[in-house]
Amino acid sequence: MSSVELVETGESVNTSTVRLWLQGLVAAAVWIASAALIIWWPNAVRKWPMTQGLANVCLTIAALIVLAVIVGRWSERLARRTQTLGAWLIALPILLSLWELFTAKLGWLPVPFFAPPQALLDVYVEDWPRLADSLLHSAILLGSGVAVGAITGFTAGVAIGWSRSIGYWLHPVLRILGPVPSTALLPLCFFLFPSSWSASVFLIALATWFPVTVLTWSGVSSVDKAYYDVARTLGASQRFLIFKVAIPAALPHVFVGLFMGLGASFSTLVVAEMMGVKSGIGWYLQWAQGWAAYANMYAALLIMALACSGLISALFLIRDRLLAWQQGAMKW
Amino acid sequence: MVNTARASVAQQSPGLALRIDNLSHAFSLEGHRLPVLERVSLDVAAGEFVALLGPSGCGKSTLLRLVAGLEPADRGTLLADGVAITSPDPSRVVVFQDPTLYPWRRVWDNVALGLEAQGLLKTTRGKVDQALAKVGLSQFARAYPRQLSGGMAQRVALARALVNEPRLLILDEPLGKLDSLTRIAMQQELIDLWQRQGYTALLVTHDVEEALLLANRVIVFSDRPATIKAELTIDRGYPRHRDDPYLLDLRKQILGLLGLAESW
Ligand SMILES: Nc1ncnc2c1ncn2[C@@H]1O[C@H](COP(=O)(O)OP(=O)(O)OP(=O)(O)O)[C@@H](O)[C@H]1O
Ligand SMILES: [Mg+2]
Repeated sequence: MSSVELVETGESVNTSTVRLWLQGLVAAAVWIASAALIIWWPNAVRKWPMTQGLANVCLTIAALIVLAVIVGRWSERLARRTQTLGAWLIALPILLSLWELFTAKLGWLPVPFFAPPQALLDVYVEDWPRLADSLLHSAILLGSGVAVGAITGFTAGVAIGWSRSIGYWLHPVLRILGPVPSTALLPLCFFLFPSSWSASVFLIALATWFPVTVLTWSGVSSVDKAYYDVARTLGASQRFLIFKVAIPAALPHVFVGLFMGLGASFSTLVVAEMMGVKSGIGWYLQWAQGWAAYANMYAALLIMALACSGLISALFLIRDRLLAWQQGAMKW
Repeated sequence: MVNTARASVAQQSPGLALRIDNLSHAFSLEGHRLPVLERVSLDVAAGEFVALLGPSGCGKSTLLRLVAGLEPADRGTLLADGVAITSPDPSRVVVFQDPTLYPWRRVWDNVALGLEAQGLLKTTRGKVDQALAKVGLSQFARAYPRQLSGGMAQRVALARALVNEPRLLILDEPLGKLDSLTRIAMQQELIDLWQRQGYTALLVTHDVEEALLLANRVIVFSDRPATIKAELTIDRGYPRHRDDPYLLDLRKQILGLLGLAESW
């Protein structure tokens, strides 16, 4: 019985390598079908610009998939990468077609509020300088705030975890100030700080600082005491104990704090940009909504989703690098 | 034979003379006072190999921690070469009951820990390689501790201690987790190293046979709070054989002292 099962699993492994290029070809076909639908099904409500452009994008993707199928027969690495994407590559054009149908082709969704995909494409082509500029401003603001928050949070966490007297003074501050949603301090900070930009940096830093501090602290205080004993009998100084024992041992916790802090910083960033700083993606979103430019809003949202996801991925990459010694760490 | 070996060792005196005088120590456990060591006095000559035996939980590891200087003793005196022990020092290195390797360091860097902490690593990198070779793990220098078996991890811990060339090597059941074959090899290795380097050794073990194969002197502790119940000098050179009738006789005596006469 068990031998039969073994044979079956062996076969399924074999077929999955064969299925790869089949799935890829199906995906390419679906993308081509989407392009056909976009071109030949007449637009219902109005003549959208970039309809042909959107179809071209679909055809380009189909061509890339076919290329991947061909190259994948020679390159095992590429084949393994694309294999996991296969199902999504089929689902995406279907979802895109549905979106296209409900908005541009059938007009079932009310027009100004729901933009068809080609409208987004139009925004990217027409308004990219402003979008790029907004993205840059957001990046600078977020980068400054998160850097300040992460560095001070890490330092504070290590200090509280290590020194009783520093803990005595910092702990109440952490307990009172930390849990306050930093956006609640926004009105206060806008008149306390010389500029709305510096106020926003402070708030983003605060949002990052709290989880980083708490988790660094918890990481440092949960270090196995035996690690210190070993180092002490081998002649380690306090400095060595902090930098070579406590901090490396606490690093997995620190990264959890950084993930939470980064997440909190995104929402603070957007609110700060909407309320005070007159630039950045948050401000662009609000501006687009004010002018009823919903396509612009969706376009900006999509960029923002990709940017935030990219930042989290980057943090995971750094973590995988630094914590390579950990077994079976979560994969992003 | 032993005496001549020890005499030559004493001339260079790489070993450290340890004096434990009237040492008492207690912990507090949930508000209660838990006496662990009671008036323990013990002199260990430079270059001597002393084994400590006693029931589980009697306070052997605690005694070793005090000797290492990891905790201050409640009462009594601890002298290393006549100087009071107040803090840990790399001349007194401990191999703990658990290997406690740092999981974020590769095997090589774990072994290099002491030299790095003392700021000596730049000039002594070769010693790390040698120590790894001694415990037969050169091949695993780049591995992480999680990739080692329990016995291999304990050998790395031994290498991490030896690389510092301690004058007093404090061993807390270092071979307890090894399989019997590796254990025999490591016992041989410990004796060779001890004879070559002449450090003083303080070994806690549960294995009476191991104590008899390695030590010049065996100390038997009572149940908690630990007091010294008996001291036996083992007047035999090395290598020793486990079926030596003299050792078998001592083994019977010690098991009797530990209340295990029947199980022999
Ligand atoms: N930090 C501590 N706080 C309170 N009690 C402790 C502490 N460390 C050890 N003890 C107690 O001291 C006693 C002796 O412990 P110790 O570790 O020295 O025993 P041991 O002789 O090494 O035992 P084993 O052979 O099982 O390792 C035990 O009863 C233990 O509960
Ligand atoms: Mg013990």
